[in-house]
Amino acid sequence: MDGFPILTTMMLVPLAGAILCLFSGGAAARGIALAATLATFALGVLLWMNFEIGGPQWQFTERAELFEGFAYALGIDGISLMLIMLSVFLMPICILASWTSINKRVGEYMAAFLFMEVLMIGVFAAQDLFLFYIFFEAGLIPMYLIIGVWGGDNRIYASYKFFLYTLFGSVLMLIAMFWMVGTAGTSDIPTLMQYNFDGDAQFWLFLAFFASFAVKMPMWPVHTWLPDAHVQAPTAGSVILAGVLLKLGGYGFIRFSLPMFPEASGELAWMIFALSMVAVVYTSLVALVQHDMKKLIAYSSVAHMALVTASLFAFNVQGLEGAMMIMLGHGLVSGALFLCVGVIYDRLHTREIDRYGGLSINMPYYATFFLLFTMASIGLPGTSNFIGEFLALAGIYQTSTWVAFVCTTGIILGAGYMLYLYRRVAFGAQTNEDAAAMPDMDAREWTMMASIAAVVMWMGVYPESFLAPMRADIAALDARLASAAPADDSQLADGPAREAAANAISFEAHEGGDH
Amino acid sequence: MDFAASFALIVPELILAAAGLALLMVAAWGGDKAARFIAIAAVIAFFGAGLMLAPGLHFGTDGPEVIAFGGLMRVDTFALFAKALIYLAAIACLVVAPAFFSGPAAGSERGMRAEYPVLILFAALGMSIMVSAGDFMTLYLGLELNSLASYVLAAILRRDERSAEAGLKYFVLGALASGILLYGMSLLYGFTGGTDFATVRAGLTGELATGAMFGLIFVLAGLAFKIAAVPFHMWTPDVYEGAPTPVTMFFATAPKVAAVALTARVVVEVFGAQVLAWQQIIMFTALASIVFGALGAIGQENLKRLLAYSSINNVGFILLGVAVADQAGISAMLVYLFIYVAMSIGAFTALLMLRDEEGGLFETFADIRGLSVTKPAIAWCLLFTMFSLAGIPPLLGFYGKFVIFQATVDAGLIAFGAIAIAASVIGAFYYIKFVKVMFFDEPADVVKGSSGNAHWVLLILTALIISPLGYLLTPSITDLADKAAAALYLAV
Repeated sequence: MDGFPILTTMMLVPLAGAILCLFSGGAAARGIALAATLATFALGVLLWMNFEIGGPQWQFTERAELFEGFAYALGIDGISLMLIMLSVFLMPICILASWTSINKRVGEYMAAFLFMEVLMIGVFAAQDLFLFYIFFEAGLIPMYLIIGVWGGDNRIYASYKFFLYTLFGSVLMLIAMFWMVGTAGTSDIPTLMQYNFDGDAQFWLFLAFFASFAVKMPMWPVHTWLPDAHVQAPTAGSVILAGVLLKLGGYGFIRFSLPMFPEASGELAWMIFALSMVAVVYTSLVALVQHDMKKLIAYSSVAHMALVTASLFAFNVQGLEGAMMIMLGHGLVSGALFLCVGVIYDRLHTREIDRYGGLSINMPYYATFFLLFTMASIGLPGTSNFIGEFLALAGIYQTSTWVAFVCTTGIILGAGYMLYLYRRVAFGAQTNEDAAAMPDMDAREWTMMASIAAVVMWMGVYPESFLAPMRADIAALDARLASAAPADDSQLADGPAREAAANAISFEAHEGGDH
Repeated sequence: MDFAASFALIVPELILAAAGLALLMVAAWGGDKAARFIAIAAVIAFFGAGLMLAPGLHFGTDGPEVIAFGGLMRVDTFALFAKALIYLAAIACLVVAPAFFSGPAAGSERGMRAEYPVLILFAALGMSIMVSAGDFMTLYLGLELNSLASYVLAAILRRDERSAEAGLKYFVLGALASGILLYGMSLLYGFTGGTDFATVRAGLTGELATGAMFGLIFVLAGLAFKIAAVPFHMWTPDVYEGAPTPVTMFFATAPKVAAVALTARVVVEVFGAQVLAWQQIIMFTALASIVFGALGAIGQENLKRLLAYSSINNVGFILLGVAVADQAGISAMLVYLFIYVAMSIGAFTALLMLRDEEGGLFETFADIRGLSVTKPAIAWCLLFTMFSLAGIPPLLGFYGKFVIFQATVDAGLIAFGAIAIAASVIGAFYYIKFVKVMFFDEPADVVKGSSGNAHWVLLILTALIISPLGYLLTPSITDLADKAAAALYLAV
């Protein structure tokens, strides 16, 4: 793998696909988009297989001084790797989800999605502050078009709101970036992650970055663009929005805010906790009373993301690992839930919960998958979200028992609104004739659902595959944060340390059994 | 320095002047039948004059040897950079003109006008002199040569009421601005005893006398008129809307470059010892232009009017670079100017391509509804241009804002930069309205006419420059801009 610019290749493949799609008609564009995303996914698998766990922190680095003022510098660590994998895994599914439901201007639609993929890989792989900003901000263009051209009835309002909200959040971050680069004398992200800014400056820099990431995340009270954007976006747009774009906020916190401004993060952790606690309880309650399926899932996303922010600012390894696992798990599960909505929306063209009912009778396979993802969203053991939520709450508990208490109510409320949704859609009497006549899933929908379900189970049963690449990076971040951690109120007393890692014995036994 | 050396320095101006006079004769005797030949000859003259700039730009010769006519003119790299942009913009405005004048938009007198290229030549000559000025007299001569040619250009469609109105408005307000400028210059002359920049500068050291302060303010006000910066921007929307579109394109590009470059030279070279006196004026003007340019554009239906407000908004960002008051700011301003010229040419060329079957032009939002379905290529190029004007990466317009704000923050004006960048979000609102109308709305299906190759070449060229590929140009542009900014500060 030495010297082969795999990250650039992963960006060039969808870019070439996007340009081809722009100049080709419906059927051809679908084929090109699927081929390009699958090829990128294959490259992603190659990337993961060649990623050296326990190797250097930054791998696959590339650098070219192409521009004035910033460099074309790419490179990934374990955190980036996992988020890139999430992106390239969801992309072919997005293309499949749009296979039949998008019939107008297919070429442009597919081009927008492929361009989006380029930017998402770029944003997670960028090693230059300004290159990151360019990829981060450029995502507005394709998403604005996806919502505005192929969205629902109120798409214009939603697209404007999405665009202006996120733009306003980001521009202050740019000013902060200029100051950082002017002070530190470099725009190299790994160097900046080790740079110690002055305490007062950290405070303002943190707030400027916070403005951007809080909107992207989204945190209460700047979350209002999300329900609108989700409801109006086409199914695949919602999947990518919930699956990957929301993770940009969390990635921003873990890559920039925490390591670059550790002291300010510690001082302002109370603010993050307060906003997260409000969000968990408030948005969960709002989700309970929704009549629109997409809106319900959108609010549940806000609640899940609030758990992510709270656990990120717990300043310990469990919290950071938990945040990453929730992000990965939520990316899959909320994406899958939007696909579930999409499947029945394609048949009945409504998102009103009351228009459905008793779907488990006429769509048993669909109901099974929907149940699995509902349970995963609640955090049932054995599914991806359980791992994340457990680690996150354990991490938060170490720092603040009260925050952990409030966040746990969110889990309970989450079970409430998700089960309530499921009951109304899948169980009960078949009150609507047209809903009762809907056919079950076809092969295309099976493929989408089954592939996500498989990964959700994999992550739930053997999370080590996903945690291992990130372990060293999270340990490094934890070490960097150690001095700035806020006072904790749980007063945990450390017991004697284990001799080996928690899964060491079972791992050896497993190995022995195999041979 | 002898005259021969001085003349050698102003060869580009000599070429333009000779070409202008000769082509004026051709126009007088040949009439409109010779218009095509005149336009081509004018383009060649601009290319020739532009080639003469190349050695100076490449080697970056600055210092005493670039001072011509005993200090009346300074042909430094800064002037050369501005001239290169002016000539490029002028060429673009000549290229798009014939199709416009032969279409129904030109009213009852169809056909390319013979005077048009000649007037562009003289206007560009005036601008060339402006940006090289080393003395208030030279400054005023260049400014007036440019302005007089521009007044006629605005009114070139004699039988079109809007064009005549635009010409008259431009003339009355422009004359007023010239008067204010002259008054300021005379005050400065009275308080410092000279008109050349070096003498005035020497007279303005130490505490600033009230009269000299008035002189400074009047000079800046007169220049703000020419740049169309708030609060002297009122004429812009009317003139931009009324003038024929190729002329509007010219107004939005070349004179803007000239006037901004001139302002930069005046504040750095003449008022360089009184930075605090002018910096707050420019800061206010810049912020007000950004905000008013953005707010004024929101309710507009006419696209040319909207682009007029957009140009006010952009001038605000350009002036931010001047307000920073250091070399990095001037360099950033020059980079922004280059990108701004490319974006403006792209936007106006696209407007000129919105034609019906007979070739008539459209210029309101209602006409471009759903353009992405009927004319996808134009719509995509406009989309690029609009996102670029809004400063959204990865388009090149972002880089312009990038360098400007970087210079602002590096100079320690953080709060100022933060306010300006927050105000830029207001501007994004109407730029994305363009995209909304073209891509989200149902097609109006009126834009059916085809456009000539010249328009396509220009549109695709500008689209390529402002596309992410344009970032590959940034090292060379920045290098040139740095040299130019250094030259400006060298003279001090």
